[in-house]
Amino acid sequence: MGVEGVGARVARKEDKRFLTGKGRYTDDMVVPGMKYGYFVRSPHAHAKIKSIDISAAKAMPGVIDALDGKQLLADGIGNLICGWMIHSKDGSAMKMGAWRPLAVETVRYVGDAVAIVIADSLDEARDAAEAVVVDYEELPAVIEAVDALKPGAPQIHPEAANNLIFDWEIGDAAAADQAIAQAEHVIEVDIVNNRLSPNAMEPRATLGIYDAGDDHYTCYTTSQNPHLARLVMSAFYNVAPENKLRVIAPDVGGGFGSKIYIYPEEIVCLWASKKTGVPVKWTADRTEAFLTDAHGRDHVSKVKMAFDADNRITALKVDTIANLGAYMSLFSSCVPTYLYATLLSGQYDIPAIHANVRTVYTNTAPVDAYRGAGRPEATYLLERTMETAARELGISPAELRRKNFIRSFPHQTPVILNYDAGDYEASLNAAMQAADWNGFAARKEEASQRDMKRGIGMSCYIEACGLAPSQAVGSLGAGVGLWESAEVRVNAVGTVEVLTGSHSHGQGHETTFAQLVAGRLGVPIDSISIVHGDTDKVQMGMGTYGSRSGAVGMSAVAKALDKVEAKAKKIAAHLMEADESDIVIENGELKVAGTDKTLPWFQVALAAYTAHNLPAGMEPGLKETAFYDPSNFTFPAGCYICEVEVDPETGTTKIVQFVAADDFGNIINPMIVEGQVHGGLAQGIGQALLEGVHYDESGQLLTASYMDYAMPRADDLPSFDLSHQNTPCPSNPLGVKGCGEAGAIGSPPALMNAITDAIGNNMLTMPATPQKVWMAARATH
Amino acid sequence: MAKVKLTVNGRAVSGDCEERTLLVHFIRERLGLTGTHVGCDTTQCGTCVVHMDGKSVKSCTILAVQASGSSVTTIEGLAANGELHPVQAAFKEHHGLQCGFCTPGMVMTAVDMINRHGGQLDEQTVRQELEGNICRCTGYHNIVKAVLSANAEMHGGAKQAAE
Repeated sequence: MGVEGVGARVARKEDKRFLTGKGRYTDDMVVPGMKYGYFVRSPHAHAKIKSIDISAAKAMPGVIDALDGKQLLADGIGNLICGWMIHSKDGSAMKMGAWRPLAVETVRYVGDAVAIVIADSLDEARDAAEAVVVDYEELPAVIEAVDALKPGAPQIHPEAANNLIFDWEIGDAAAADQAIAQAEHVIEVDIVNNRLSPNAMEPRATLGIYDAGDDHYTCYTTSQNPHLARLVMSAFYNVAPENKLRVIAPDVGGGFGSKIYIYPEEIVCLWASKKTGVPVKWTADRTEAFLTDAHGRDHVSKVKMAFDADNRITALKVDTIANLGAYMSLFSSCVPTYLYATLLSGQYDIPAIHANVRTVYTNTAPVDAYRGAGRPEATYLLERTMETAARELGISPAELRRKNFIRSFPHQTPVILNYDAGDYEASLNAAMQAADWNGFAARKEEASQRDMKRGIGMSCYIEACGLAPSQAVGSLGAGVGLWESAEVRVNAVGTVEVLTGSHSHGQGHETTFAQLVAGRLGVPIDSISIVHGDTDKVQMGMGTYGSRSGAVGMSAVAKALDKVEAKAKKIAAHLMEADESDIVIENGELKVAGTDKTLPWFQVALAAYTAHNLPAGMEPGLKETAFYDPSNFTFPAGCYICEVEVDPETGTTKIVQFVAADDFGNIINPMIVEGQVHGGLAQGIGQALLEGVHYDESGQLLTASYMDYAMPRADDLPSFDLSHQNTPCPSNPLGVKGCGEAGAIGSPPALMNAITDAIGNNMLTMPATPQKVWMAARATH
Repeated sequence: MAKVKLTVNGRAVSGDCEERTLLVHFIRERLGLTGTHVGCDTTQCGTCVVHMDGKSVKSCTILAVQASGSSVTTIEGLAANGELHPVQAAFKEHHGLQCGFCTPGMVMTAVDMINRHGGQLDEQTVRQELEGNICRCTGYHNIVKAVLSANAEMHGGAKQAAE
């Protein structure tokens, strides 16, 4: 495909602007007359609002206005919603409590917004926000999901008795119970998946602009998903009709899931702009981000895994309680259900699986998708259980996995998914070889000579990306279809603009999408522009999350390219008086196969627009649109091996080696794929070693800054050893699977398995801080 | 209100601001140089790093009035004559950035680090010296590679002479 096409390590087209300070993020936007919004937020985890007095704030210097939830409600602005309907096993619908963009009667977590102050400067807005007097009557709060279900727990929403949102199940309970009753061995494990904060480096921001002249709204926002933001704000929140609302997500400084959702601030700033007649910009400070960005994970599970006498898995039974926080965020309900429990078969042939999932309200920030979204929780549970099983059964963890791998495809799991392709043993073998698995015993012995405890751990993950056929997700409760759109516009001079509904916030789409076109047409990559992130430019889109941009977004581009190429061939055949089926496109030319007749690409493009000599009846122009609806998920998989040394004196863990062997199907740009894996590994290792959101019993967030929430820094991480064993995905035209989440999914169990191996104590929870490791290493067990 | 006079990227600038105005806000909002970012409120993340009189500083930790009289270089002033600085070029070549938000601060820290160590940089030193800059995208793997590569590029002559 040439040096710039699919498979090439092309340096990124977008880098120059970021490296020279010319990136344009939402907080960089300045428009005439712009003012600054500052939110007044609840200091209490749970309280009744007795009164809000904004009069003093309105009199402060520089203040344009102060607005509260009663005004917002009176103007008919709707409540935030969860867009994926899940039903309990008794058939009842999930219990969605009201989430007002500005709380009116009750606040339900620290950070819940109650008012906004708009002023000439941010400092003046902040000063005036201090003058807003809110009279709260504190209510008892509950933080842990397990506690929220206990009798007598504080009730958070009247709609959800006992704080239970839904009690859902998947799989065959009777079959799993029967297999467990008849099993030779049953392994029982309790698994906690710690709560995390996504922490994109760019804090969330929004700029709401109401143009009274045109009765039109513009919303700049830090979104992974501008089209969905427009759809939801118009269809459900009554902010503006869709044709009068333009959403622009310009350069976005990382998302990791946290910027998929619609938050109160976009809604309130747009409404406030109309109310006050000035553009209103709000940018979160980092503490606001910790308080109000949707958190990730927070599962508590009980697991039973059954084995026969030959160490083959016969059943898996899982009981999970998932904390969804104070309100149901946009995708929260699908994360611990269809994105989690459907992955519980992992890479293994398990005849019977049953999972029961209860989701619960607590007085904490809403919890939603974070890098991997359900898949990391499933993999952590399964791979910690496999490791525990190997130890209890007394066989090698590699052999236990090898014995249970799925080996023929397609493979239907007992929990909905149908795996289309894979070679799990290839990744396992590659990882073991790269990690010198067989040489570990000698390294452990050498470390013990230095009084260090060395451990090794592996994890074999699978994920489901590129979700999914719209009809299938619709039948499972999704509120939208999960296709993607693309438009390929060939200009009269032969340069190409690709409009995509995918959104790039670090993934390098401006390069990889252009590589696809360059490879297909043989034109230089610099002659191709990728347009995204603006609902006025791109008609439709579903954004970027769940590693869908390659498998779904680029497949849409490939389909649009099919149409463009077909039309270009018709024009070329007409001009060269050849048969259309004899035209081939190569190296920027359209050629008549078997002859020396050629036309440069730009001449065919020009002919399409001069329209002086087109086939009879053909419309002028060379511009095509396609929607691509995937026919299946894609199934990236791999094996990660981590080797650690634990200092028994301090409990400090040092990662001495981290090996990742991944199967991502076909790869567009290996350099970018490796970068995605590195980033995912860092977030997964962060979860296992350092990170955790902590509230105190009253619901105050203790980890509300980078002083308290331990972000992985360069010195906490090793360099990584990557390899790829790629089986092409059969269900999309590019054969790609997706790579964005793999690192975050596969790495936590590998690291925890390594640490527990080193210290000889399996009772350790993430994050494995030195204190916890030190205590576990000393505990008799 | 206080008067601030600075040289920024070689250009003399002055302006009035509130005493509490941080240098980063003066740079971003008064001068419109938005390459310098704000990623936290506790001086932890390093997205705001600029050079003040040739040394890297966190511009969110210095008042604009404190910086008065000094010479400040921001990311916008690093590339000369349209050519990327060797550190910028190395970040591109080694894919040391993804979303780009931490990148300006990361590059400014790296330039100062390379200048201070006179070519004597190894992976461990680079990782330790990046302690004040957080990246959420890259896992640091390629940032470390980029800094070491730029270090070799910038000190290649001196290193060869020493050998």
